[in-house]
Amino acid sequence: MKYNNGSVLEFKKGMKDGIPIALGYLAVSFTFGIEAFRGGLPPLLSAVISVTNVTSAGQFAALSVIAANGSYFEMFLTQFVINLRYMLMSFSLSQKFDDRATVPKRLLAGFGITDEIFGIGAAREGKVDPAYIYGAMAVAIPGWTVGTFFGSLSGDILPAMIVSALGVAIYGMFLAIIIPPAKHNKAVMTVVILAMVLSSAFYYLPYLNKVSSGFTIIIVTVLVSLIAALIHPVREEEHEQHA
Amino acid sequence: MNSTHSIYIYILVMAVTTYLIRVLPLVLIRKEIKNEILRSFLYYVPYAALAAMTFPAILYATSGMISALFGFITAVILSYKEKSLFTVALSACGVVFIVERIMDYIS
Repeated sequence: MKYNNGSVLEFKKGMKDGIPIALGYLAVSFTFGIEAFRGGLPPLLSAVISVTNVTSAGQFAALSVIAANGSYFEMFLTQFVINLRYMLMSFSLSQKFDDRATVPKRLLAGFGITDEIFGIGAAREGKVDPAYIYGAMAVAIPGWTVGTFFGSLSGDILPAMIVSALGVAIYGMFLAIIIPPAKHNKAVMTVVILAMVLSSAFYYLPYLNKVSSGFTIIIVTVLVSLIAALIHPVREEEHEQHA
Repeated sequence: MNSTHSIYIYILVMAVTTYLIRVLPLVLIRKEIKNEILRSFLYYVPYAALAAMTFPAILYATSGMISALFGFITAVILSYKEKSLFTVALSACGVVFIVERIMDYIS
């Protein structure tokens, strides 16, 4: 059985969907590069961090650990806490793969599970060909790395007004992923709205706003998805239709 | 940097931790989950996670909240019209850019 189009076409489709991701990454990684340079890291080393980690919040947090001369254990703990959400995403994505996604393919595709690549992967209909994920990685990871390098090399290459405008790219993409299914499925719409309301609560309300952004995402995602699953479980046929 | 720790080991610790978090569920869970509640939970996870990551963070993604709000509204409208990821993302950026230039001009 073939995937939607065959692996070459899936790879190309992944590259195409990776373009808005790369643009958004350019803005964020550029800022990371500038921060890293201020923290005393040479451009090449910042680029190495980006290409080996590909995680925005985790990398920014790492800069603080490095600046504070924190222990390696502290570095581990920081990354674990901030990036734990990827485990949830990876778990969810595991159901979008089937037997054709062999262990080596999963080992490679797993490297590319960022918020954004997970987002476009989850949005595909039916099973996902790992080639699609590779395609997105092939565009997005260079965007992330090159942005870091140039941000670190010279914060002036990309004007502040462009960086500011590109700042919404990733969120625009997220909305383009979640809103169309929400339009056609009331339960998904409720999940989207509830998740936004709850995450706002964690952002603005006293005490709740002490929770780190990484944990906020985990708590909100687990809570809202669990409630939705209990109240409105998805039947098999329905799942295939909307997944 | 005045550090007693090696930057290379820092990077190694970061990269390995993050990679394992990402790859373990994908490699360990290769069977289709049959439990209806768990399946449903995993079905809703992307929507909940992406929504939680988007709002209110999008309001703080640009140099000011007003331009960000316009970007957000643009993205919501175009997403509702089911435009492509690329169109939605770039249009939101374009609107932010224009609103910021107008605000520069006014002030």
